[in-house]
Amino acid sequence: MRSRWSYVYFLFYLLLGFVLLFLNNELSKAVITLMNVIIVLVPLIGTIFGVMYYYNSKEFTELLLAQPIKRSSIFLGQYLGVAGSLTMSLVLGLGIPFVLYGLFQSNAIWDFSLLLITGAFLTLIFTALAFNIALSNENKIKGFGYAVLAWLFLAVIYDGLFLMSLIVFEEYPLDSLSLAATMFNPIDLSRTLILLKLDISALLGYTGAIFKQFFGTGLGLVISICMLLLWTVLPIWRLGHIAKRKDF
Amino acid sequence: MPALLLVHNMRAETISVCSSCTVTSIKRAVMLSADYDTILVKKGTYREFNIQINKPLTIKGEDYPIIDGEDQGEIITILSDNVTIEGLFIINVGTSYTADYAAIRVVESENFLIQNVVLEKLFFGIYLEKAKNGRVYHNKIIGDAVDEYNSGNGIQLWYSNNIVVERNIVQHVRDGIYLEFSDNITIENNISSDNLRYGLHFMFSNDDVYKDNTFENNGAGVAVMFSKRIKMLGNVFKKNWGAASFGVLLKEINDAEIIGNTFEENTVGISIEGSNRINYLRNNFINNGWAIKVRGACYTNSFVNNNFMYNSFDLAYNSKLNDNIFEQNYWSNYTGYDLDKNGEGDVPYRPVKLFSYIVNRTPETIILLRSLFMDIIDFSEKVSPVFTPDELVDAKPLMHKFK
Repeated sequence: MRSRWSYVYFLFYLLLGFVLLFLNNELSKAVITLMNVIIVLVPLIGTIFGVMYYYNSKEFTELLLAQPIKRSSIFLGQYLGVAGSLTMSLVLGLGIPFVLYGLFQSNAIWDFSLLLITGAFLTLIFTALAFNIALSNENKIKGFGYAVLAWLFLAVIYDGLFLMSLIVFEEYPLDSLSLAATMFNPIDLSRTLILLKLDISALLGYTGAIFKQFFGTGLGLVISICMLLLWTVLPIWRLGHIAKRKDF
Repeated sequence: MPALLLVHNMRAETISVCSSCTVTSIKRAVMLSADYDTILVKKGTYREFNIQINKPLTIKGEDYPIIDGEDQGEIITILSDNVTIEGLFIINVGTSYTADYAAIRVVESENFLIQNVVLEKLFFGIYLEKAKNGRVYHNKIIGDAVDEYNSGNGIQLWYSNNIVVERNIVQHVRDGIYLEFSDNITIENNISSDNLRYGLHFMFSNDDVYKDNTFENNGAGVAVMFSKRIKMLGNVFKKNWGAASFGVLLKEINDAEIIGNTFEENTVGISIEGSNRINYLRNNFINNGWAIKVRGACYTNSFVNNNFMYNSFDLAYNSKLNDNIFEQNYWSNYTGYDLDKNGEGDVPYRPVKLFSYIVNRTPETIILLRSLFMDIIDFSEKVSPVFTPDELVDAKPLMHKFK
């Protein structure tokens, strides 16, 4: 099951990459369009695949649990299998068309590799979140619902609330608050990471000293990547933790 | 020495200056020379300052002789018409808080030519004061300015008319090229970069032409203020980053032509304030934070056949009133279609996004740039404009880049 779907996923990205390049005729523009895809679609697919895989293979998992195998290696193995194949599909599916189109001769290569790295991180993070949700919910429908809701919250609603709070409190200095708020959402975090590359000239238009330090130096890049790593490690750790205690 | 004075006749003479010649200083050579003589300065180091040239002379350096002012004050002052200065390497101009010491100053003179001169460690570089009909050609000015208050400008024109400034390189000074009250000036093919404040700064200067210059990585870009009938053609404005930085600032500029320029990777491409009747044609705006920021009181400007590509925001506008024309531009953010295949989109393009309005109000929201939520509300604003001026549209957006 796993391999079939990851082929579909791979073909989808392959097609997307070719279509984007065909329509845009230009690498740098394709990279911008691709960013929207990566930020919205990659987490969604990671979430759905994660939940689906867990529920589908539940019976097999229970069978495995009867064997003398460490619980954490069963669950982590499953997680890494799904997340790994999704990441591979993403990287290869998008990488092949761009490489064929002359990525290595273009100066968009750094923007593009950053996109793939954030895409890989987002896959790892959202698959882990999905596994967490599925492990905590016996009911399939409920688990699915929560997982999609989690995605919707992080992808859209969070930014809406974020924007509202920035406007409501506009009289106060907000730059550290807004940077902190970005850190608590992996989607915003990856968006910021990409903004550092694509829109640095606009970001430096804001006068705040904290912004300037964050975006103007390498600090922003380092902190964002560290936070993304933390976002990946924490759900995986919780996954292993729950799996050890859970009754089946 | 008397021999030298004897041969002094109507014919133009050449006086050589070098450490082993009879004349060892430029000052002395100037004193000995007659009108229209040539002073040939041989390779070497000359520790001199306050060289006053009060008769028509040609001073020519051979293999770039060094004139070291030892931070004492002004180095060469031209007080006569028809003076040519060529091929010198001038360093260590004195810094003063009361006098604007320059490496070369031209005072109330005509028909001068300053070319192939290299200036380093300077306060002011070439300072033209009430000068006319001159040419500043192919000079290299490299300063070491750190603070604005104790640094000078590379090339400064003050009450000067009919002057050509061409192929100069100006770096690391306060303002690369500065003009005040100077009319009919041509500034062409210069490269002004890494300056502390402006690459080019001019005020109250009318009928000037700026052509094919490059302004890169200056503290605040290029500022153009209180001037009429200027032309900016084919210039490149690049990498002016910062909160108060822009490619070009236009303030109280009327009847100007801005044609074929490239604005690349600036925080703001053009910032416009109180400027009327300006034609913006065939310019390229690439990868800027804001391609154009209109701050108000700008009327009857027209933007035609420009390319707006990959800017974070194409246009910011802070009033609801619009009297400016946007027509037949190419916008990379345009998503419409062209069914009748005439190369123009069938749906109008709205360059002002709701998000740019929000960022104007609460600057911190810039961090939500390109988020899905912002795209959604931008889309709803596009469908029915509430906050953005609804007649501000490009009714005929181009489907392909204008070439």
